[in-house]
Amino acid sequence: METETPLLIINNIYKSFGHVQALRGASFSAPRGKVTAIVGDNGSGKSTLAKIISGCLKPDSGEITINGRTYPSLTNHQAIYEGNIGTVYQDLALDNLKNAYENIFLGREDIHFGVFLNRKKMKEKAAALFQALAIDIPDMELPVGSMSGGQRQAIAIARAIDMDRQILIFDEPTSAMGMKETQHTMDLFQRLKDEGRTILLISHNLFQVFDIADRIAVLDKGRFVDTFSTAESSPQKLHDRIVKKEMELEQ
Amino acid sequence: MTKYIEKNSQQLFLMIVIVIIGAFLTIKSEYFLTPSNLINIADSCGYRLIMAVGMTFIMASGVMDLSAGSTVSLAGVIIAWMLHAGAGIPLSVVAGLLTGVTAGALNGLLIHYTKISFFIITLAMSGMLRGISLIITGGRPITRFGAAFMTIGTGRLAGIQISVWIAVILTLAAAVILNCTKWGSYIKTLGSNPEALRKCGIGTAGYRISVQAVMGLAAAITAVIITARLNSAEPNAGMDMELDAITAVAMGGTPITGGKACISGTMLAVIILGIIRNGLTLMSISSDYQQWITGFLLLISVLVSGIRIKNTRQNTQEKENE
Repeated sequence: METETPLLIINNIYKSFGHVQALRGASFSAPRGKVTAIVGDNGSGKSTLAKIISGCLKPDSGEITINGRTYPSLTNHQAIYEGNIGTVYQDLALDNLKNAYENIFLGREDIHFGVFLNRKKMKEKAAALFQALAIDIPDMELPVGSMSGGQRQAIAIARAIDMDRQILIFDEPTSAMGMKETQHTMDLFQRLKDEGRTILLISHNLFQVFDIADRIAVLDKGRFVDTFSTAESSPQKLHDRIVKKEMELEQ
Repeated sequence: MTKYIEKNSQQLFLMIVIVIIGAFLTIKSEYFLTPSNLINIADSCGYRLIMAVGMTFIMASGVMDLSAGSTVSLAGVIIAWMLHAGAGIPLSVVAGLLTGVTAGALNGLLIHYTKISFFIITLAMSGMLRGISLIITGGRPITRFGAAFMTIGTGRLAGIQISVWIAVILTLAAAVILNCTKWGSYIKTLGSNPEALRKCGIGTAGYRISVQAVMGLAAAITAVIITARLNSAEPNAGMDMELDAITAVAMGGTPITGGKACISGTMLAVIILGIIRNGLTLMSISSDYQQWITGFLLLISVLVSGIRIKNTRQNTQEKENE
């Protein structure tokens, strides 16, 4: 039984884009120190919700409570610095023309003499971070645009983790990765989970979700229709549940 | 060594172009390689370099400013008007610089908040600024400001015009700002992926407005020099100067879509354009050809830049699919 107040509470969020209603009263909570997966079919509103929590989109109505503080909406800056949320976006939000360490420290650069970028220090810190996370970046000076999809995704993940955020949001984190890199990322998630971080995982991959998540919340047509523990279900049952819910809603 | 050549290929290419054009003009005219002619070239490059440096900032941020030439005109007219009103040189120069900064900041505000293409915004601003110049002057030049003010445009230090020294100092400062400061770094990301800035919690409005204001400031400094050099402020001053500046920046290796800035390339390109202008004069070729050559070089530079961007995108796509 969960007695602790959830770290993140989403209450009755609505969001529409013109005539399309992406979220219709979505309510959900993420317990502290747990991995909560948000699953659902294409167009269910998963990414819209992730963008609202990370401050990229403003909801039409509803509220977001983080660590007891309630916001009607968040800006990116508020989400990062007040909400302490780190996000790995589906588009990765990297500057392709900057190198790995410049991307890792985008927005929180090491500065010396008040104005000058301390590239040496940032490079050292990034190298230590990559080593700790067992991420292989052969040339730290190369623009990330010339790196593989997996390396780029690893850099985006390392950036979110290094910020030491209390809530981490991963939006389809392994979509651009090969099998080896996916396994590597899953190991990384396991370590973050063991560290007691609160993680929101948005993924299509139900097997991946069952590997790592403690709880699963099913989003369908902009509403949460089910929330349960992974121990209570299986990928096949979840698949059947999503399909059944969709059919019920269609009827 | 290979890495160095690869990294500075554009600059090395431009240096080779300078040597080739220089060798050709030395053969064609015995006057070309004389110290006085080289100083002439430097003098003519000074204010053009200031304009191109300003344009490098905004092209690195992903936009261009078609109102830069009109800003030169209006800032010059304001300075002249203030001088004639007896405001004194320092106050008049500050008023001119503020005119440029305001025009630039206004461009930035409109580009950021309206989301309308910078081409339309700055083209409209160009018409408005030149219109104000014409209204203030009634279409006639304002002349005669005294020897003290003229020193800014014609005075010399170690045989070289003060304006050239100002341009060199500003170019060095620009290189440091763009390559070594957080502001410079964000300006470049504003060109390559502004969404990345926002998602990292960095508001982009301040950076867009400030970088446009820097362009306005560069245009206003150019106006001070031109007005002082000619001892006259004309509503038609600065006409097509933005074309020269954009050509120099594109030739210099700053991508037309932004994300990177190559100040040394801009400087070398300004020198090439200066040598070409000088060479045409030495060979008694009509100045009408200068316009054609500038346009042609811009077209070639933009095509090369476009091919490079396409290749980079293709490589990124291939890497992403790996």
